[in-house]
Parts: sequence; C-alpha cells; structure tokens
Amino acid sequence: MKVNGVAHPAPVDPRRLLSDHLRHDLGLTGTHVGCEHGVCGCCTVLLDGAPVRSCLMLAVQAEGHEVTTIEGLAANGAPLHPVQQAFHECHGLQCGFCTPGFVMSVVGLLGQHPDPTPEQVDEGIAGNLCRCTGYASIRRSVHRAAELSKVPSPLRGEGQG
Amino acid sequence: MTTKWFGARVQRVEDDRLLRGHGRFTDDIDEGALESCIVRSPYAHALIRSIDVSAARGMPGVVAVYTAADLPFGQTDLPILIPHPNLTHGRTQRCLASEVVRYVGEAVAFIVAESRSVAEDAADMVQVDYEPLPVVITPEAAARAEHLVHDDVPGNVAAEMVQEVGAVEASLAASPHRRRHHFRFERAAACPIEGRAVWARWSTSERKLTVYDSTQSPTSIRGGLAVLFGLPESSVEVIAPDVGGGFGPKIMLFYPDELLVPFAAMQLGRPVKWTEDRQEHFTAVNQERGQVHEVEVGFDEEGRLLALDVDFIHDAGAYTPYGIILPIITAAQVPGPYRVPSYRVRFRDVYTNATPTSPYRGAGRPHACFVMERTLDAIAAELGLERAEVRRRNLIQPDQFPYEVGVAWQDGNRVVYDSGDYPTLLEKAIANLGPRPGGDHIGMGVGMYVEGTGVGPYEGAHVQVLVSGKVVAATGIPSQGQAHATVWAQIVADELGVDVADVEVTGGDTRRFPWGVGTFASRGAVTAGNAMAVAAGMVAEKAKHIAADHLEVDPADLELVGGNVQVKGSPDRGMALAALAVLANPVRYAFGGGTEAATQFTARPRPGPPLHEGEQPGLEATGYYSPPGSTWAAGCHAAYVRVDPQTFRLEILKYVVVHDCGRVINPLVVQGQIEGGVAQGIGGAFYERLAYDGEGQLRNASLMEFLMPYATEIPEIEIDHIETPSPLNPLGVKGAGEAGVIPVGAVLASAIEEALGVPITEMPLSPLKLFELVKSPS
Amino acid sequence: MKPPPFEYHAPATVDEACALLASLEDAKVLAGGQSLVPLLNFRLARPAHIVDINRITALDRIYERDGGVAIQALARQAAVEDSEPVARVCPLLTAAVRLVAHRVIRNRGTLCGSLAHADPASELPAVVLVLGGHVIARSSRGERLIEAGQLFQGVMETALAPDELLVEAWFPSSPQPFAVIEESRRHGDFALAGVVRAAGRLALFGVAPTPVLADPRDPLQGLQPSGDLEATAEFRLHLVRVLTEKAFAA
Ligand SMILES: Cc1cc2nc3c(=O)[nH]c(=O)nc-3n(C[C@H](O)[C@H](O)[C@H](O)COP(=O)(O)OP(=O)(O)OC[C@H]3O[C@@H](n4cnc5c(N)ncnc54)[C@H](O)[C@@H]3O)c2cc1C
Ligand code: FES
Ligand code: FES
Repeated sequence: MKVNGVAHPAPVDPRRLLSDHLRHDLGLTGTHVGCEHGVCGCCTVLLDGAPVRSCLMLAVQAEGHEVTTIEGLAANGAPLHPVQQAFHECHGLQCGFCTPGFVMSVVGLLGQHPDPTPEQVDEGIAGNLCRCTGYASIRRSVHRAAELSKVPSPLRGEGQG
Repeated sequence: MTTKWFGARVQRVEDDRLLRGHGRFTDDIDEGALESCIVRSPYAHALIRSIDVSAARGMPGVVAVYTAADLPFGQTDLPILIPHPNLTHGRTQRCLASEVVRYVGEAVAFIVAESRSVAEDAADMVQVDYEPLPVVITPEAAARAEHLVHDDVPGNVAAEMVQEVGAVEASLAASPHRRRHHFRFERAAACPIEGRAVWARWSTSERKLTVYDSTQSPTSIRGGLAVLFGLPESSVEVIAPDVGGGFGPKIMLFYPDELLVPFAAMQLGRPVKWTEDRQEHFTAVNQERGQVHEVEVGFDEEGRLLALDVDFIHDAGAYTPYGIILPIITAAQVPGPYRVPSYRVRFRDVYTNATPTSPYRGAGRPHACFVMERTLDAIAAELGLERAEVRRRNLIQPDQFPYEVGVAWQDGNRVVYDSGDYPTLLEKAIANLGPRPGGDHIGMGVGMYVEGTGVGPYEGAHVQVLVSGKVVAATGIPSQGQAHATVWAQIVADELGVDVADVEVTGGDTRRFPWGVGTFASRGAVTAGNAMAVAAGMVAEKAKHIAADHLEVDPADLELVGGNVQVKGSPDRGMALAALAVLANPVRYAFGGGTEAATQFTARPRPGPPLHEGEQPGLEATGYYSPPGSTWAAGCHAAYVRVDPQTFRLEILKYVVVHDCGRVINPLVVQGQIEGGVAQGIGGAFYERLAYDGEGQLRNASLMEFLMPYATEIPEIEIDHIETPSPLNPLGVKGAGEAGVIPVGAVLASAIEEALGVPITEMPLSPLKLFELVKSPS
Repeated sequence: MKPPPFEYHAPATVDEACALLASLEDAKVLAGGQSLVPLLNFRLARPAHIVDINRITALDRIYERDGGVAIQALARQAAVEDSEPVARVCPLLTAAVRLVAHRVIRNRGTLCGSLAHADPASELPAVVLVLGGHVIARSSRGERLIEAGQLFQGVMETALAPDELLVEAWFPSSPQPFAVIEESRRHGDFALAGVVRAAGRLALFGVAPTPVLADPRDPLQGLQPSGDLEATAEFRLHLVRVLTEKAFAA
C-alpha cells in the first residue's frame, strides 16, 4: 500500500486494524483513535482520496490502495494545507485530539461541496465528535477553508496567523 | 510591564504541531513498549472466590500477568486524596481487587503482552470465580440501605455534613410563602475524546522512572509514585504530554493503571504502555452528577428569598478517593448570585455499586444551579412574576462585595465572593436574548451562576531568557486544550516586552517544573497565570538591574520594550535582553552565542566579585503564586427553545451567554472554553446519560448509545462579557474553564418547562422523558 | 477493543468467494465493514474466517434493469447516493441512503451489506421492502432470487444461507409520491422509528424485529415494538403514528 505517497510492505497480521497499522507500525501517530467503533471520526484518513474510518478497516484491506493521513496533507516545513490553515485561523481546535479526523473529513467535504451551505457544513462534520470546541469554531473553520481553497496555491497558507 | 498581549485575540501557538499530526499524545509514544490490558469485573458487586490466570500466563506473546497477590502493594488501599473530618467512612479500592469487587469495571488482573490484541486474547482466558452479591445502584437505594456496599459502613453513608447560616426553621415558619421541591440529577460522564493512557520506562542504570500519563496532575502522580516505590522524587519523571481533553476525571491518584504500568516496567525492564479503550472508559473512569435534592424555600409576596433548606444525597459510587469535594461544592454553590438570608444545607455522601465519582467539569455546580434556578422559576410561577424579575429582586448588588455566604468552601476557607456585577449580567443577557420568536411550543429559559475558581494551594513557574533572546517558561500544570502555551506566553511577553512568538512554554513536565498541583477547578489562569507573571516580573527586575549597572542609570528609569531594556522614552539607550542574558551568567569559558562578553577579561561595570552576594547566575527566575482565596466568576445564560410537541425533538432557537471571568487574557480562548462548555452542557442535559440497570450494568457503554452530540445538535452560541477584575490577584483574573457548562441544564429545563407546560425537575431529559412527562406530568 | 484472531481470505472472484463460503466452517463475509468491524472490535463477533469480498473486481456496478435499478455487492452507499440512475429511477433510495450514518461511513459501507446485516432500525431494508424489490444470492449451489418480503427473517437474520453471497439488490422505480421520514436522536443515528412511503404503500422500520409493511390508515395494527433506552414501545407506536401522518401529508 502507499501511504502519503510512500510504498510500504503489507502488514503481517490480518487482524491489525488500519488505524493501528498507521500509528504503531508506520509511526504515523497523527491518525488518532477515540472509539474503535466508527462513531468519533478521529481515525479518519483518505482512502484513494475519499475519507474513511481507519478503525473500521483491516490494514490488509488497504493493500493496493493509496492512504493519505494528516501527515500527508502538508509536507514538513511547507505551509499548512488550506483546511489546516483555516482551523488555525478560526481556533478550530483545543486539545487537538479530534482535529486530524475533522481535517480529513473536511478535505472530503470540500471535495464534494467546494462551496458548502451551512447545512452541508453541519452534515459534513457531523460524523466527527469534538468534546472541546462545541463545534462553533469548527464550522467557522470549514467556511474559511472553503475560501482559502479557492485562493491560488502560491498564496495558500498566508493567512493572518 | 506592557499590556500589548494581555487581552488580545492572539492565535494559538500550539496549533501548527497538532494540525500537522505531530502532536504527542501518550499512546503516540512507543519506543518498543510492551502493551497491556486490564481484566475488569463484569459484576457490580461480588465476592471473588478465586482467580486463575494460568491459561493466560501460558499464552504465546504474554509476558506477564499480575493479580493482587503479585503486587507488593496488593493489599494496600489506595489513598484518599482529600481527607475531611466529615468523611468518617472513607473507603478506597485496591489496585487490583482480590476479595470483593464493588463496581462493574473494577480492575482484577493486569496482562502485559507483545501486543494489545494478544493481551485481550489472554484476558479472555482469565478465569475469575465470582459470587454475586446484592447490588445498590441509585442514591435513593443507597440511603435506604437495604444492602450495604461496604460491610463496615453503616447505612452506606460515607459522610454527612450540615451547615446553617441564619435560622432556617424560624425563617421558614415566618415566610408568607413556602414551597417544597424534589430535584434529581442522574450520573454523567465527561468523556474526553482521548481516553486515558500511561507509558512507563525504568532505567536500571540511571535508577530513573519515566512515566507519560494523560493526567491533569503529573506533579501529584510523581509524588505518589516516589512514595510507593521508595524513590526520591528526583528519580521519578512524570510527563503529561498532549492530553486529548480532560474535563476532570483525568485527575485521580491513582487509577490502577497508573501504578501497574510503572510497576510492570520496573519488573520487566522494558517500557510498558496501557491505553484505555472506549468500552472500558465508560466504567473505569470516574463519573459524576448523581444527586437527589429535597428543597424547601420560604419567600415573601415580592418573591424575595427568606429561607432555603436543602437536603441532598450524593452518589459517591463504590469508593471515595476524592473525598467529599463534590457535595461540599454543591452545598456551597446553591445560593449562587442570590441573597439567601437563612440557608441550611445537609448532605449525605452515600456508596453505590457504581464507578467512583470525582469532579467532572462543573463539579457539583450544575446541580446546585439547577436547584436554585428551578426554585426561582417556581416562585416566579407562583407569584405570576417574570422569570427575570424574580431573579432581579434577589441578586447580590455590586456594592455588597466582598460578600460572605457563610458556608464552607473546598479549600478549607469560607465562601466569600470577591467581586462581581450580577445585575448587569442579567440585564445584558435579557437584552441580548431579544424578543420572543413567534410560534407555538416555544419556551424561554434563564439561569445564573457563580463559580468559585482558582483554588490553591499554589502553582509556580520558571522563566528564563536564553542567550539568543528567546524566552522559555515552564509550569507544573499541563494543558488539555486550554491553550496554556499561548496564554502563558502572552503574560510573559508583556512582562518582558518581547513577542509572544519568542516565548516557548512547557507545562505538565516534572523535568521542567517539578512543583505544583494540577489543571482543574478553573484554576490555571489564576494560579499558574499569576505565577508566570511573578516569575517573569522577577526576570524583568533582574534584567533591569544588570542593565542599570552597564548603562549607569537607576533601574527605576528602565523599561522592557521590543526585546530590549532601555531608558524610558530613549530607545537608543538600551541593551538587548539577549546581551543581558549573557551578562547574567559570568563565565570562564565562552560557549558561543555571544557569551565571550561575559568572560573574565572583558570590562565589568562594577567592582567586586562577578556574582555579588545574594545574586544568582542566569537571566531566570522561579516564582510562585498562592491565592488567598477563590476568585468568583459569574454569568447568566438565557435561551429560547422550541420543542416539537409530537416528536419531542429539541430545537435551540437562540442561546446567549454573558460571562464575567475578571480580566480576560485571550478572548479567543475564553470564547472557545464557553462554546465548548455550553455544548457539553447541552449534551448532558438532553442527549447523554449513563443508564445503569438494576444489576449495576451500564447499558450504554459505547459512543453509539452514549449520545454525545455532533455539530448537528449544537446551535450557535452568542457570547458577551463583562469584566469585574478580581481584587485577589495581581492580574485580576478569574477562572473560565467550567462556566459554560454550569447553568445549561437549568436553562434548558426552564425553557422546556415553558414550551411544554410540564414541570421539569430532573436531568437529563430526552424526547422519551418529555413524551412521558406530557402523558402524565409527575 | 481489538478483533479476535481469525483467518483471512480475499477471493478475487465471486466463484472463489462462494467456494470459500461453501468449504469454511464459521465464515463471515466482509464487505464495507461498517457493521462487522465494530462487532469484531467489541469481540461480539468471533468468526473463525473472514471472507473479504473487496478484492472481487466488477462487483460494484449500479445499473438499470427491468425498469428498476440494480446495485451490486460492492457498490458503496456513497456511490448509490451520488448515482444518476438511482436518482432518476428510484429517488426514494437516494433520499433514504442519505439518512444512513454519515458520508464517511457511506464511503465504505455497502448497500448490500446493509440488507445482509438486516438491522431492524436500518432504512434500506424498509426501502427494498416497500418497493417490492429483491436480492440475488449466489452460492456454489447456484443462484437464487429472494423477494424482499422473504429476505428479512428476524433481528439481523435473513433468508441468506451461511454459504450464500448477496451479489445484487434490485429496487423497482419509486412511484410518486414517496417519503422516508425517521426520528433519530442524533443526525446519522439509527432510527428510533421510521416510515417509508411509496405511493399508497407504507413500510416501517425500527419498530419490529424486521422492517414491516403496514396499512397507512392503521399503521399500528399488530405492532409490538420493543423498548430500549431511548424509546419505549409506547413512544415508538406514538412516533409511527406521527411519522405516518407526516409521510402521507407530504
Ligand atoms: C457510526 C455508524 C452509524 C451508522 N448508522 C447507520 C444508520 O443510520 N442506518 C443504517 O442503516 N446503518 C448505519 N450504520 C451501518 C452501516 O450502514 C453499515 O455499513 C451497513 O449496515 C453494513 O454494510 P457494510 O458493507 O459495511 O457491511 P459489513 O459490515 O461488511 O457486513 C455487515 C454484515 O453483513 C454481512 N454481509 C455484508 N455484505 C454481504 C454480502 N454481500 N453477502 C452476504 N453477507 C454480507 C456480513 O457478513 C456482516 O454480517 C452505521 C454504522 C456506523 C459505524
Ligand atoms: S476511532 Fe475510528 S471512528 Fe472513532
Ligand atoms: S479539540 Fe479536543 S476533542 Fe476536539
């Protein structure tokens, strides 16, 4: 499987969850685990570009697919991805535990609806739990991310942060 | 000191790391650690006849299996954290149960294996022979005491306490109006999105124990581990790295794993980690809120309170590790922002066969607020008054501070409100709420609260200017998302006249700052915030003195601006902090970074030895702040809701908050705390509950059934502030961490009651509950 | 919460999958995994073998046939949601699938998996029932068509034999007017009670061990819902009445 563009050998143990494989075998600990039953959304990653729950996939199932984790959105040292930048500008995170999952879901949401309505924003983030923010700042972040995503890429990441 | 940063909407410095997935939470730490799993009791109350771990021990991949018999501290009761004279029958559990289990989820055995999967396989093989005992599950049943949770605790009563201010019997007898009420709160769970986790390593060569723990109090854990293992505190390092939300229950010493993991690491000579899963989180982590209240109130024709008599039972769960702080807080906080001439409060803290309790954001206050606010709504209804009006008539006035309530507070002092302006909070909230929207089944709710914040005993901070001019600062308390790194940097930056970006903060790492208490009770800003100001102020003074010698001026004529110490008003006559950091440390060997300026052959501005008596090297200082008493934050929430009369779905049409936490350090952060608190309050009021059955089984131990709200359930919240600075601390700040959650239940109850026309006397609510209330109002 | 050990098989064709299902004791099909993997993680399911059908190629088609729309076993719920033929031929299904969980779950979960899983509170079984659709089951013994009315046998029990793979579900075109309305606690949750209307026909979900057809004029007839934490039997009956009224007022 390819993770963030890098090929990795197949995991050995078939019962290894993709979330655990990413975190503990590949050291990509940005993908978090909050429930292991599909409800919290912390473990959301992109599978061939679409957000999915990595806690509800066996790692062996990702063989032959492209997985993108939060670490793959912006290279080290490079400016933040527009969605990450928007979360920063709008105080869309507190403890940051839910954040990678939200960011990956929002990347998926904006792929589907580049100009989301408030209802689409609520629906788009309604598969992710956050216990800290009360969601208001996350909603603001999504709208801001939609704006930032339209800015041509050289300007990306140069928010007011 | 300047105030360039204090009060500004400074964006968070901790974000970049977290947004890139480079946060460091306890389970992210690996380093070849063995993994582990705890075997927990499936019974709420049972005798343990035998435990057979032989099959588990023999499994491939299993490294060790521990029961109480294998632990040197196996027969030791865990500590009572906050003893109190009224806690006459305090009981705590043992690390691993070997004789009796008293709640579902109590730890019985500990398995260390090459992976968590294997550890769970082995857990399935552990044979425990239980003999079930009768179960006591509600506070009412506990008080009836048909069965005992602890054989040696008569009546299941751990503690009882009665306090009286004024003469309640006489005042009630003389009151023109009297009412009685019964108010009930169910248990609730904080449910941070990151569960708990512990990682430990023992270095035999260095004789050093290193523990990463998703705790709210690493300094206390360090103290406890040092005592348990007979090590000097300097040989124990406890680090709370990034913590994925705490909300109270991550402060405990000890959860069994906090001992088992370090113990196993020492025994096995390999790092060991334990990461809780969501299922066990629901029963293994402390809960709160279960409380039943009998209330009698006396009032006059105008709706003025004359006497209030409250008698409540607090559901302690199976043990009382946290003492009786929760009922003490409720008892102290029932009167809230109102004048209650005669107040009597009695509580009994009773054992049940459920998970132990300890503070969860709000800690005793949501129930206290509910009791008072529901009572005021009832008075308004009886007298035909507006809900706001009855409150207006009873509020403590701005000229009455300091205001003494007369009951005991959680820090051992009496409750004295330091400052506030309650009438303005109410009037602003009502104004901001605006006119009632048109339509049927709409209700208005309002609720006010005070919150004792910033309890002691103290916190400390260390601040140092590096020879690069950058500043590092550290405190003992960790952050669970409250943006400490940003907020402390703002305080330090102002004191030192530097940019926030040049201040790097560490919290919750005993290697960097070993003393302190913890992050809880909305105390961080008051205690650690002021400690940061104290330490940074000391550094500023030191910088001025060194600069004064060199510039040959009076230190009093100097100021810290833009990374320099300069003569006031003359930017050209100054020295960089970086240079002063060099000069603060006279060296024999220059080590780069400009330190040649402090070697022995460079000119000195003054005679005598390089360090004068009483001076210390380095442009650094350690300072402490110990509050004389709590600071009292306050607020008013108001809402319009609509309840669908057919489906009983709740729609929050408008929700306003007016909040006073004294001087606001960073409005962005306070806004986030309030928005998050209100959401947690809404969850607790209408979606979440802990549903125990008669056997003490939690019937909804998953996020599928414990209905933590998503974005679709949480409305926008409109927030407004007033500032009545606290006179008790130099920064004038009060705590803000818990306020959002406190009145939400009371406000929604008030609004829903009006929308549906049925009395609401309990929490939490749900469509089902409302359906049943409408069918047959209690 | 880690899955118990199992043997993993990833057949490349339907025939291979059927052969495995025929030969293995205690095997479970793994499709989208959005129901099965949580059960594994809780160790509520402990199959000896997992037969992962995700490697089977050309089993994810959504196509029109016989005046309706056919959805193959690996068509994700999100693909159904976005499908033009589904929206045109069976807009009721488009509306219903949007009520299933959240988009991120639907990106992986399959429509056929929902039917095979047969959760009584699930929307999709009620849709295939109200429309009178069917599924096609394949095993090494052959292929058979199971009418929706015969498919759902009890709580998470279907007429599928352990060696059978559900390869395709067929939904007739939805008549006008239609409606799918449910009451759930949170957005995306399973319903406390729900109704699906297709012209004059009505199916209920969440109120019986299986989805059931009901008389729109007397939807409560014969219903004996069970109670749980969020809804008593009485509340469920009340909701059925309310939701049916709404569906037929639309
Ligand atoms: C947070 C969350 C919320 C959810 N909310 C809803 C909701 O509101 N409504 C709803 O309907 N569902 C809901 N679901 C369940 C989801 O829709 C599942 O995807 C669906 O029920 C099963 O489809 P799957 O492809 O994931 O099946 P799997 O999980 O792979 O399998 C489920 C069961 O069906 C069997 N199976 C699957 N495919 C076949 C086949 N082709 N042939 C034979 N047997 C098969 C499996 O052996 C297994 O027993 C939710 C899930 C989650 C995690
Ligand atoms: S960990 Fe995957 S959804 Fe919670
Ligand atoms: S920021 Fe803490 S859970 Fe979302």
